[in-house]
Amino acid sequence: MDGNRRDFLKLAGLTALGATGVTAVRATADNAPAADPHGEPSTDGVRLAMVIDLRKFVKDDRLAKKCIEACHVAHNVPDFGADPKNEVKWIWTEPFETAFHSQEFHFIREDLKEKPTLLLCNHCDNPPCTRVCPTEATWKRESDGIVMMDWHRCIGCRYCVVACPYGSRSFNWKDPRQAIDDPTTEYPTRMRGVVEKCTFCEERLARGQQPACVEACDNDELVFGDLNDPSSKVRQLLTERMAIRRKPGLGTQPEVYYIIDDPRTLQEVAPAAVVEVPEGGDDA
Amino acid sequence: MYDAGKIIVGIVVFVALATSPLWFNAVTAETPEAPKLQLPTNGSTECVESTEYMRAQHMDLLNQWRETVVRTGQRDYVSTTSGKVYDMSLSRTCMNCHTSKTKFCDACHTYMAVSPYCWDCHVEPKEAN
Repeated sequence: MDGNRRDFLKLAGLTALGATGVTAVRATADNAPAADPHGEPSTDGVRLAMVIDLRKFVKDDRLAKKCIEACHVAHNVPDFGADPKNEVKWIWTEPFETAFHSQEFHFIREDLKEKPTLLLCNHCDNPPCTRVCPTEATWKRESDGIVMMDWHRCIGCRYCVVACPYGSRSFNWKDPRQAIDDPTTEYPTRMRGVVEKCTFCEERLARGQQPACVEACDNDELVFGDLNDPSSKVRQLLTERMAIRRKPGLGTQPEVYYIIDDPRTLQEVAPAAVVEVPEGGDDA
Repeated sequence: MYDAGKIIVGIVVFVALATSPLWFNAVTAETPEAPKLQLPTNGSTECVESTEYMRAQHMDLLNQWRETVVRTGQRDYVSTTSGKVYDMSLSRTCMNCHTSKTKFCDACHTYMAVSPYCWDCHVEPKEAN
């Protein structure tokens, strides 16, 4: 009997070890990153991106305000005034130097350093925010690369707020309704305890419209389109112009690009001359 | 039993007091009227599904719409009753006909003492006064 019991316990122990071992190996395999974050971005399917022509925004500070206004009205974004703790941002501005501090523009002119630079959710190819969400309330949409949010499902844990290296996510510490003047019925507000951010206007895209901020600009200051389509305007711009992204070293592959290349920044830039680049460049 | 009289009287008084709200209502209260809903004033006569289905299942339908629109990006709903295609949107489709939250949604919800949280975020149409 004693021998039998020993054998039984040994067998039971081995079985338990085997079962947990397999589970552990599976879990590790599931958590492995899908793609090399520093490698080439995927060229399959639609990859939506925005190109911000900083040269044009530098010329006119009111332009950024117009974009922000259009977005915040369309999406019932609350305005808590000058209260930074409760601030909710979908699209906002930071001084140029702060926005691109990892690029280290040491000797740039003081006024250019302070230029308000338009920022929004980068809809990264490799978003750190979606990986930490415990409820799958935020995820990267496979069909077009938009980093989506399901506000019904957000439990307000704020892991994503911490994970986002761009500060693109805001938490509703207070009931947002009290800070919205005249909410539009076309779009929901959020409630207290929920994280919100820009969704690249997926509700407008679904109806064949451009994002609200893009629509607010008249002269291609913001251009929106599919990076994987070689004939798209965004792709053409990024082929012909020098553009930078925020914190590229993190490997998040942000999909918002900033054109900075024109040396004539503060001189006259013809609005129509964005895409049509003369052969041989600008130095003629 | 000691003090049987006192105990029995006590029990009777207690039962009478405890059930007094029921007696009171049975005598004085009127039968509550079934809620009256405001039907669409824009001339439309059919909903996305049959009235019976909507009456019983609208909450499930709305949950399903919410899931489909937000999570799969699919926005068209094909009615199993009429085969027509509708935009799966509370604000754009439902409230387009049922223009008054107070006279439609709230009428039943208040009667049934349920408080769905749709309107915590979704914005109800302005009530016409």
